[in-house]
This record gives sequence, C-alpha cells and structure tokens, in this order.
Amino acid sequence: MSVVGHTPPPFFKRGPAPLARLAFFTALSLLLLVADLRFHTLEWARLVLTTVVWPLQRVAQMPAEAGEGATRYFASLVKVQEENEALRDRSLTTANRLLRQDHLENENRRLRALLDMKERQPAEGRVADILYAARDPFSRRVVIDKGQQAGIEPGQVAIDDLGVVGQVTRVFPLAAEITLLTDKDQAIPVQVQRNGLRAVAAGAGAGTLELKFLAANAEVQIGDVLVTSGLDGLYLPGLPVAKIAHIDRDNSFAFARIRCEPMAGVERHGHVLVLGKRQVMAQPEEPAEASEKPTKGRKARRAAP
Amino acid sequence: MNQPTNRSNRILLPARNWFIAFSLATALFLNLIPVDRLPLIPDWVALVLIFWCVHQPLKVSMGAAFALGLAMDIVDASIMGQHGLAYVLLAFVAGGLSKRILWFPLMLQAAHVLPMMLGAQLVMMAARMAGGAEFPGVLWLLSSVVAAALWYPLTYLLLLPQYRPVEKDANRPI
Repeated sequence: MSVVGHTPPPFFKRGPAPLARLAFFTALSLLLLVADLRFHTLEWARLVLTTVVWPLQRVAQMPAEAGEGATRYFASLVKVQEENEALRDRSLTTANRLLRQDHLENENRRLRALLDMKERQPAEGRVADILYAARDPFSRRVVIDKGQQAGIEPGQVAIDDLGVVGQVTRVFPLAAEITLLTDKDQAIPVQVQRNGLRAVAAGAGAGTLELKFLAANAEVQIGDVLVTSGLDGLYLPGLPVAKIAHIDRDNSFAFARIRCEPMAGVERHGHVLVLGKRQVMAQPEEPAEASEKPTKGRKARRAAP
Repeated sequence: MNQPTNRSNRILLPARNWFIAFSLATALFLNLIPVDRLPLIPDWVALVLIFWCVHQPLKVSMGAAFALGLAMDIVDASIMGQHGLAYVLLAFVAGGLSKRILWFPLMLQAAHVLPMMLGAQLVMMAARMAGGAEFPGVLWLLSSVVAAALWYPLTYLLLLPQYRPVEKDANRPI
C-alpha cells in the first residue's frame, strides 16, 4: 500500500495548501446551505440536475422493484383470494353510500343554490404510484411517478383510500415529491369532526402529528377524528386526516399537547390519488363563528387571507 | 504491543484514474438504490471517498469530495451543500491522516475510519437540525459502524486491480 510520490519534493506544483482548499470548499458549501435553507433560491438548479440524473435513478431502483415484483409473484394464491374477498365485502358495504352519492350531490347542489351558497368544488384526481421514500433521513418525503407532464403542480393534495397522505412540494418533469403529513415542516388546517373545532395539525416526526395551539381546556377527546377544514383554499374540506391518540393537559402550559395518529397509511407505500388543484375562492361568510382561529404554521398562514 | 510497520506490504501497481472514477461512480449508484429507511445501509460514497483520499491523496481530495457531495444532495433530495460540507471535511481529514493510517493493519485502519464517518454524519445532522429538521434517530448513526466494518473487504476489493501477479524472483532487489 505504499504510494510512490506521497511527498513529492517541494519544487513540484501541488496547488493551494490543503487548509486553503478546505476553507474555500467549506465556505462554498455553507453558502449553498444558507442559499437553499433560508432563501430557497436553488430550486431551478435542482430541477435541471434532477432531470439529468433521473434515468440513472430509475435504473438504480430496478433491483428493488424487481425484488418487490418477485415477492408479489410468489405470494400465495390463497392470500390473493382472501384479499379479493375482503375487498368485495368492503365494496358491498360502501355500495349503499356510493350509489346514493350522485343523488346526494345533486340534492346538495340544489339546496346550496336555494341557500345562495357557493357550490362545492367536485374533486378530481390522478392516481400515482409511490416510487420510493426519499433517502434523506431528516425528512418524510416520498417520490411519485407523475410529474409536470401529468399536470401535477406544487400544493396539490395526495390522499389514499383512508385519508390525506401529504402534499406535493416539488415537481420535476417526470416525478414529484410529496411531503408526508408527519414531516416536521408540514402543517395542515383541520377541524374536529365531532364539534367543528378548528386547529392546525403539524407533523411531529416518528409517524405522528401534533395538534397545535389548542388551549389546555379545549374540547377534544381521545378518538376524535380530524378532517380538513378547507380554510386554506388548498385542501378540500372534509378529508379525514388523523385521529387523536393522546392528550396531555398540563395547566402550566398555555396549550394542550395533543398527539394524533394519521388515518391514511402515511408511511406505508402504494398508490396515492393526487387531487386536482382547488381554485381558491372567496370563503362564504359564516356568521357567529368568528372565534379566534389559530393561524400559525406555514400552510395556515398562507391560507388565511 | 508491537510498533506497527509498513514492511511486509506488497508492492502495488499505480492506481488507474479510470478505476478511481469508476469506483466512485459505482458508489454513487449504490447510494441511489432506495432502501426505505433501513438504518444499517452505509453511505457508500463517503466510504469509497475515504478510501481514495487515504490511498491516493494526490488524485482524490476536496474538489472531488465537493462534487460528489453536490451530486448526493441532488439525488438525496436534501438541502444543497449538506453532503458537500460533510464530504469536504471528510476528505480533508482523510487526506491529512493518510500517511498515518496506512501504517496500521486493516483492523486499526477501520478504527480510524469509524470516527471519520461518524463525524461526517454529525456534521450533516448539525447542518440539518440548525434548519429545524427532525432528529433521525440513533439507529441512523449505526450505518457508520457498518461502513467501518466494511473497510477490510473494501480495501481488498479496491486494491485488486493494483496487485501484480506473485512471481518468485530471487534476484529481484525489492
């Protein structure tokens, strides 16, 4: 392992001293860090470079995908039949509601017209496959296989069959990045389904969410279901988000610490439905509900006009 | 304990540039494989980078480390400069320690690699947590231990093209 020329005579040129190079590259890295973290100015560079390495990335995923395909292929027939049975049962139990949905939607439209309220926006979506979880261990993000070419835009909402999964935060030509609800930077305006109490749920890491800025004596119970309130103009109202799992009412703090578990399989992988962008419309006046609503959190602040 | 010696090492052929580039590119490719938050997968790029910074400090140093760091930042969807900073520091330390490390047997070399890898991870953690990211868990740090354990096989693998065939020549001077 001896390297000839480890210490060449000083009259050979070796470029700047290591310490100088270290200072230069460290400064450059810190500059990039600040530019990206604080000012978010490097998104265009990321867009270009990600598109360049995209084919390579797809090739790297092939072994993992092949393995997954193989396990699925060898899954026993019995299991598939059981699953099929369960799905048929479920579709039958929900058929009742689904069959009447058209009727209810029509009725709702007529009633809203009668009451002179804005019409609810119909939801439309695009099914996407989750390719992989981003390797970054500091955040909770997944990458889906639809991007700009499929009309995905930043800010759109991703749901699965149980509830909200996350929000599209970065879009590349052939892929998009969804920040999951459990990411620490992700906040979502919700309301308690039982009593309509509005709040903001933010990711708390480790697969949970936290209901923020609710007074210690707020009227919430363990098991309450949180649905999107739609106040932000991004999420459609009424999508299930999370279930309250633990409440810590400590009077020495102004706010209760409320842990929630997401309803959707947020950290499990599969397919998601990316809902179409909601047109931001003027909120209908809601009389007598002028209670102070918490408007902290990035998403909520953008929403509150 | 005996004083470590560098005496019994085989004489190696010079490292080829294309092989260095190839091994670094392969490491980058290995890092692209999605592992879904398995905690024990080592950072291949950092490991191979340390190897070449130790064995060929004149060919691979901080410039290459910075470029690789940028590439990692892009494919990892992390903050720009996070890997760059960690890898540049890694290359500096590995290059500075290269003359010392090579005197040790491979097991003790791995003992040098472990703190370097851990240091790089801590730098990344400091950079991200300063930006308000969540703590990734102690298990994440275990990947450095795995990387250090891989130093032994990796050395043989990456030095393979430099070994010359064993030929018995009693008259050769060295």
